[in-house]
Amino acid sequence: MDVLDLARWQFGITTVVHFFFVPFTISMAFLVAIMQSVWMRTKSERWLRLTKFFGKLLLINLAVGVVTGLVQEFQFGMNWSDFSRFVGDVFGAPLAMEALLAFYLESVFVGVWIFGWGRIPPKIHLATIWITACGTLLSAYFILAANSFMQNPVGYEIDEAAGRAELTDIWAVLTNKVLLITFPHTIFAAFMVGGGVVAAVAMWHLVRGARSPDDAAPGKPSDQGAFRTALRIGAVTVLVGGIGVAITGDTQGKIMTEVQPMKMAAAEALYETQQPAPFSLFTVGTLDGSEALYSIEIPQLLSFLGTGSFDGEVRGINDLQAEYEELYGPGDYSPNIPVTYWTFRMMITMGGLAGLIALWQLWATRRGRVPTSPWALRITTVLPILPLAGNAFGWIFTEMGRQPWLVFGLMPTASGISPSSTTTSVFVSLAAFTVLYAGLTWLWVHLLLKHARPGLPDVTPRPVREEDEDADADKPLSFAY
Amino acid sequence: MELSTFWFLLIAVLWTGYLTLEGFDFGVGMLTRRFARDDTERRVLINTIGPVWDGNEVWVITAVGATFAAFPEWYATAWSAYYLPLVLILLTLIGRGLAFEYRAKGDTETWRRRWDLVIFVGSAVPAFVWGVLLAAFVQGLPLDAGHDFVGNLGDVVTPYTLLGGVVTLTLALLHGAHYLGLKTVGDIRERARRLAGRLAVPVAVVLAGFLGWTLLRDDTPSRLAAATALIAVAAIAAGATANARGREGWAFTATFATVAATAATLFAALYPDVLPSTLDAANGLTTANASSSDYTLTVMTWVAVPFVPAVLAYQSWVYWMFRQRIGVQHIP
Ligand code: HDD
Ligand code: HEM
Ligand code: HEM
Repeated sequence: MDVLDLARWQFGITTVVHFFFVPFTISMAFLVAIMQSVWMRTKSERWLRLTKFFGKLLLINLAVGVVTGLVQEFQFGMNWSDFSRFVGDVFGAPLAMEALLAFYLESVFVGVWIFGWGRIPPKIHLATIWITACGTLLSAYFILAANSFMQNPVGYEIDEAAGRAELTDIWAVLTNKVLLITFPHTIFAAFMVGGGVVAAVAMWHLVRGARSPDDAAPGKPSDQGAFRTALRIGAVTVLVGGIGVAITGDTQGKIMTEVQPMKMAAAEALYETQQPAPFSLFTVGTLDGSEALYSIEIPQLLSFLGTGSFDGEVRGINDLQAEYEELYGPGDYSPNIPVTYWTFRMMITMGGLAGLIALWQLWATRRGRVPTSPWALRITTVLPILPLAGNAFGWIFTEMGRQPWLVFGLMPTASGISPSSTTTSVFVSLAAFTVLYAGLTWLWVHLLLKHARPGLPDVTPRPVREEDEDADADKPLSFAY
Repeated sequence: MELSTFWFLLIAVLWTGYLTLEGFDFGVGMLTRRFARDDTERRVLINTIGPVWDGNEVWVITAVGATFAAFPEWYATAWSAYYLPLVLILLTLIGRGLAFEYRAKGDTETWRRRWDLVIFVGSAVPAFVWGVLLAAFVQGLPLDAGHDFVGNLGDVVTPYTLLGGVVTLTLALLHGAHYLGLKTVGDIRERARRLAGRLAVPVAVVLAGFLGWTLLRDDTPSRLAAATALIAVAAIAAGATANARGREGWAFTATFATVAATAATLFAALYPDVLPSTLDAANGLTTANASSSDYTLTVMTWVAVPFVPAVLAYQSWVYWMFRQRIGVQHIP
């Protein structure tokens, strides 16, 4: 493997792992904020317990999300310095805005939320979790603006003398049509993750409680009721997210056909231009992915996905390849076909399965029922994993489908690498990060399970101390590390 | 003022924010090792920085992001040249961030002890390595005509930059001790003050040596750098006096000023370069040849002018919110 391959693996691994935690943080921050708001409204203890319970899972996740994000901010300069030089004038702006506008909000206010329980006025405390949640959305918006520029460069001009792309219209970058649709798609996909976690944990406790009522949370009768409510919230979130990704994904398909037709052709392993084009459900191709041997297809569906009309023309790989050679000179302009083809399908399948499970959960728990078969538990445990996998497949598809370009039409991936990187240095960091990330993913799972298992915490609400600080200054802190 | 100069200043301010704020939480992190006598004391220490350390860390993310936006060449060249030291920083900072959050989430003694070690290493290593890397900006690196780094680790790690690392490390320790004096009660507070008293002189000597060396590197040292260097040394002396008199707030303010003035000295000595070349002066990066286009700088200025003060305002509010001193009796 050369420096380029190593650097690509490193970017892929660190980013995909970062994105395990990202959707969890985004969605769970909002779900916890909602739970706490309901508690403030109703003053019902059940909501406070849910808030604290899922809040703890949020914090366990947030910690890994933050530290893996740190690596992202540095990577572009370390491994991809020629890329940074070439697009920094455009690309750096959203990144810096993200830090200034979003990261401070998230990090500062989540600290207040953690330590503010019972120490600051409840309304302000509630505001801090909402601010944190909105910070995650802002952060997603800016980073996706940077990424969308790579998919569909807009608002720039090439300065030949300086050999770089220069920003000419920040507004165009922040309203890139790819961004406007990628953002809701990513956020809906994120909500499937958080919803899936809440629904799965709640269902697990319900089923366990029903199977062995004695050892389930003795002395805490309201647990079952609270978990039933949580289950509904989680399952409905998954369903809403699922409908959201399907609708936005459909629009994305059309925009992609327009701005990156090669990606759509690759996603479908469509070699020859067709009108109308069929959607293939399953294809076996030659090993190098250069030709399809056998496939099951639904007539005309791809035309509809790509163009909005059942007999629109969808251009094939061979046709595009010829066009690009004319435009950009000789070379191979198609991405890895098997990877794009399968990741696209897996993304949709994973999300679809998660939706089905959520539907089943709602049905199985209708009117006070609780399923008790071992299958109910097993199905439940896969629920959070499916949308997570869907997210990862979606990104691998988006990024690998863009290859061989790093910035579409402007910079090939191979030209972005740091000239000073050596195989050794990249290998050392690749190995170190891979081992560390494997360790922290394991730790994350371990801690989430450990803290999800015991059920809802006991809460004895403390009176809020407003002005009389000295009166009870020696009281233990309500939330200490 | 040229926009590129304004952005150089702003980046200097962001680094200063990082070193002054994260500086004391690095210091507290290091003190959890020998200084804290048992688990409860360790928790007191960690809780003094609990609500704020993450917000402090964002200063470096913003500094790096701002460098990327305003001086892409600087970001690209320096960050690829600093490859392995940055890997080291990232690995240790990752561990540290997790440790604060995860330490309390397990229940065995070994679990906690391992995370305590991570907190220590995760505070000491970055505190040291950041100093090395910042000093290396001033020192310069072998860059070719394409602004690419053509040296190896030995060009980054030199006696001068190592001394820079010692300075940031020891200053963090002193700053952290002053912070503890200000934020704790009882025995810990007394001990923190005594420790700060013992550290002050050696730290001041190392600092003065490093600042002098920084000034002497230049044939015509910048006057601004000389002035800030003097302020740094004066402030550390003032801090020692205040500490001896039991004025903890002033002692902390004084080391805050020391760290800020030290950072200012480095950036003042650097300007108008951002990364000089040790091979041929013409190959070096300056605020002029490394900066983004005027349009980008203008856009970013519109963003920075309202939001940097806003961040300062709400971060200060948080410090005010959690101004209460804590001690062992607060640990549940
Ligand atoms: C769609 C959303 C999204 C995407 C595509 C990315 N991130 Fe991320 N990132 C987040 C959404 C997010 C977040 C939800 O805002 C996080 C997760 C946990 C957290 O605290 O914030 C975060 C954390 C986070 C942090 C730590 C912030 C802190 O200390 O609070 C940094 C520095 C980055 N990210 C940088 C990046 C970079 C450079 C990326 C591009 C490769 C990237 N992220 C992809
Ligand atoms: C602003 C956001 C992003 C930027 C700037 C970005 C940029 C890049 C760069 C520079 C590479 C390396 C070159 C390459 O091999 O393609 C890459 C590859 C990759 N990225 Fe992204 N990326 C971003 C977000 C993401 C996210 C959030 C994910 C998913 C979690 C992701 C998944 C991948 C994968 C899987 C690869 C490997 C593809 C390959 O090596 O062919 N990216 N991206
Ligand atoms: C009917 C269902 C879906 C359709 C039609 C669809 C369509 C798409 C398309 C076309 C892209 C590529 C955009 C581009 O590269 O320009 C994409 C990306 C992505 N998808 Fe989906 N998707 C669907 C379901 C899902 C599900 C269920 C998830 C996750 C749970 C998901 C997560 C993602 C993610 C994270 C990306 C990468 C970010 C982005 O470019 O938006 N998608 N999707």
